[in-house]
Amino acid sequence: MGNMTLMGGEIVLALGAVLLLLVGVFGGKNGVSIVRYISITALLVFAFSGFVLNGKGEAFGGAFISDGFSHYVKALVGLTAAASLWFSRSWFKAEKLDQFEYSILMLFSVLGMGIMVSSGNLLTMYIGLEMQALSLYVMAAFNRDSLRASEAGLKYFVLGALSSGILLYGLSLIYGFTGVLSFDKIGAALSGVDHINAGLVAGLVFVLAGLAFKISAAPFHMWTPDVYEGAPTPVTGFFAGAPKLAALALIARLITGPFAGMAHDWQQVLIVLAVLSMVIGAFGALTQTNIKRLMGYSSIANMGYALVPLAAGGAAGVGGMLIFMSIYLVTIVGLFAAILQMRTRDGAVEGIADLAGLSKSNLPLSLILTALMFSIAGIPFFMGFFGKWFAFAPAFNAGLSWLVVVALLSSVVAAFYYLRVIKVIWFDEKARDFIKAPTSLAILSTLSALLLFPVLLLPMVTVPVRALIEAAAASLF
Amino acid sequence: MFEGLPILSIITFIPALAAVFLMLMAKISKPEGRAQVEKNASLVALVASLAVLLLSLLLVFSFDKTTADYQFTENYQWLGGGINYRMGVDGISVLFVLLTAFLTPLCILYSAKSVKDRILEYMVAFLILETLSIGVFCALDLVLFYLFFEGVLLPMFIIIGVWGGPDRVYAAYKFFLYTLLGSVLMLAAMLWMYWYSGQLLDHPTTSIIALAKLDMPVHAQTWLWLAFFASFAVKVPMWPFHTWLPDAHVQAPTAGSVILAGILLKLGGYGFLRFSLPMFPQASVHFAPLIFWLSVIAIIYTSLVAWRQTDMKKLIAYSSVAHMGFVTMGTFALNIQGAQGAVFQMISHGIVSGALFFAVGIIYDRMHTREIAFYGGIVKYMPIYAVVFMVFTMANVGVPGTSGFIGEVTTMLGAYQVNPWIAFGAAFGMIFSAVYALNLYREVVFGEVKNEKLNTLKDMSARELIIMVPLVIMTIVLGVYPSLVTDITSTSVGALLTDITAKLAAVAG
Repeated sequence: MGNMTLMGGEIVLALGAVLLLLVGVFGGKNGVSIVRYISITALLVFAFSGFVLNGKGEAFGGAFISDGFSHYVKALVGLTAAASLWFSRSWFKAEKLDQFEYSILMLFSVLGMGIMVSSGNLLTMYIGLEMQALSLYVMAAFNRDSLRASEAGLKYFVLGALSSGILLYGLSLIYGFTGVLSFDKIGAALSGVDHINAGLVAGLVFVLAGLAFKISAAPFHMWTPDVYEGAPTPVTGFFAGAPKLAALALIARLITGPFAGMAHDWQQVLIVLAVLSMVIGAFGALTQTNIKRLMGYSSIANMGYALVPLAAGGAAGVGGMLIFMSIYLVTIVGLFAAILQMRTRDGAVEGIADLAGLSKSNLPLSLILTALMFSIAGIPFFMGFFGKWFAFAPAFNAGLSWLVVVALLSSVVAAFYYLRVIKVIWFDEKARDFIKAPTSLAILSTLSALLLFPVLLLPMVTVPVRALIEAAAASLF
Repeated sequence: MFEGLPILSIITFIPALAAVFLMLMAKISKPEGRAQVEKNASLVALVASLAVLLLSLLLVFSFDKTTADYQFTENYQWLGGGINYRMGVDGISVLFVLLTAFLTPLCILYSAKSVKDRILEYMVAFLILETLSIGVFCALDLVLFYLFFEGVLLPMFIIIGVWGGPDRVYAAYKFFLYTLLGSVLMLAAMLWMYWYSGQLLDHPTTSIIALAKLDMPVHAQTWLWLAFFASFAVKVPMWPFHTWLPDAHVQAPTAGSVILAGILLKLGGYGFLRFSLPMFPQASVHFAPLIFWLSVIAIIYTSLVAWRQTDMKKLIAYSSVAHMGFVTMGTFALNIQGAQGAVFQMISHGIVSGALFFAVGIIYDRMHTREIAFYGGIVKYMPIYAVVFMVFTMANVGVPGTSGFIGEVTTMLGAYQVNPWIAFGAAFGMIFSAVYALNLYREVVFGEVKNEKLNTLKDMSARELIIMVPLVIMTIVLGVYPSLVTDITSTSVGALLTDITAKLAAVAG
């Protein structure tokens, strides 16, 4: 047994989820709200537990690692999950789907992510990954009376199971060729070896392919647009955020820890994934008319950008990925809080065309959406630009200048479709009125848009956050 | 005068604060009070931009002409990783701040009457545009510069797209994506320089001052220069990267065209002076012939194209490309006349082309067409207008006594020292500019009144006179007393050229 404070956050989530299950069942009418608010609290506790307890070390014989990196990633995952749970409320209420199980599933998936991020051997890694994935499958199909949602859930499940199989096969290859499970020992077994066995390379490629599926990196992205479109909107908002970061964090841990000695092998894989994702994400989105599908392609492209610094490797690369993802998550929360406000008297709408002339009927929401779209497009004056700046700068360390140029050129293509949303909002004739948005959504979207204005980000904020990120990235080495 | 005051930040952000104030007012006002807020929006914008003008005038008066160092500098920690909030002006940039501050109130005054639809949003966009354009010239940090440089696309995109002509969406897209494509290549180069500074210094930095002191390796300079060129050549715009400009100009509302021609085109020329020359001197020398020939082609070819235009705005847009050709030619002559002339030509062109777009706007507001053939003989109805238009036509031609003459002649002097043939070609451009500008003037102002719709034309209103008179004064004053500009720029331009010569000598020796 290791030191329990190392996994304080996970313990809170696990106990909380089990207890809240009882509250939900026996809580009666108010049970749903109580469960939701306690779940949000638990997620916030989880988010800050790492930094507050500040436990650093290994538990369960090295199977669970708590370090600066896991603290930072869990903080982001916890905060985005809490925000996602908060913004889901109004949608589920309006669709008469408000059930307490949703909050519980969210807790379980975040618990899985926590374990993933902190995993110290192949088994915990797989357990964490599956735990979050299974919860996500159910969440995708949460609107079970909707054909599209069920289809999305099923599609996600089948393809997810396939990718888990690939991943598991990769893990077994690695185990077979090294004879050990723990990351430390794999790293030790590989260090100083001149010739890496081809079977081990295959294992690594399979593992990365399985993880690429989780972050929807091309060519493992096929499920993304359909699942994003079919799943309930708040669920899509959750999918686009926290799980991506958790999987990227796991990749970062794998390539800097056990497979640090195989840099040449994983770098090629990551570069291919990055280039394909950026290009497919950019061109695939051009013809989309549904804003959720658009966000699906957008997240494919953004994962491509996040893979650029990881491909470069090193503490600078991991730090660049963390900065990029921090800004990306703020944008995603804001964007989905804004998309959830797209509700007419007849129900929620998802078409980009439904935003036509929004600037005439709802100026605040138009400004927010414009800021968020410009930011995610990486146009300067918004933080999205800095995300790209810090993500791409480390690539030069690895001599990947050409990758930076490809990334930037693909971002010009991507700018086109983000601009189209802005064009529809500002230039087109008014189409329809949205009903007044719930306060939670208005607050979240405004807050996120404001956070994306770099002039408002003073050194009081940026310097400590950067210090945290640098320390987090350094703790992997 | 401004000890201890972050005066550049104040000048830069006054318009943005006014914009935020307007948006808040629009948000908290009740629906019935909305009309009142809309009415007062232009007044608020005008007051804010006049305050900026006043402060910029004070800034130029308290500017120390004897030193080439950056003045009124600010340096605050900002995003970490070597990216600070650095502001400062030198002799090259301070006048552009004034130019922006000078043109914006005129635009706002002009638009207050001519824009009917969503005036509040329009004013907000213009105020933000002013903040961003002033910011570009004050920024002393690569990232901050890029932020402002690209940031101007956003309000301009909205201005063209919302208040533009019938084909506005196409023009807005073309403008945005064309310039963005050029700029991301510059961004790649900036990222490389950021990384490279980290290799040479203790920490990576984005300070423009620090980066200008670094010696970039010669082989890398070629790529960096080309990447920056991609961005600036589109912005200037140089032939053959100019095709977005006529579309954007024709579709943009009048005041949008004024800012586009008056300020945004200058960002490219300023960028060459601020980045390409001091940071990549070897590459600049290497590529100077390319720039020369592109400039001469631009001057001759676009002048000829301008001649055949039937749309007044398009004609002036093409003439802008030709006049900016003198700027690039002078910049890369790499001598004092050329560089001084380039700065002067940019200031002069900012005033003259801005005024010409206003002049087109004034008759467009009355007749709602820009077809040259529609007009003819309007001197009969608009004598004052005819005089004002005459002044700017002459300035456009480059007649002595107007600011256009000084800029074109000094840049040609600079180019002549390097390659007489280039100056020879550019001189042809001056002749062609007389052809198209005088032709336009004759067709529109003189001749018989053939179109009876023109009977209703009224001469310029007091508001229009208030806009045009300062522009007329500046054109003539700069034409007869150019030292007003050159005194301020000479020290910095001289230091820039000394610095380049020293760098070139260091490599050669």
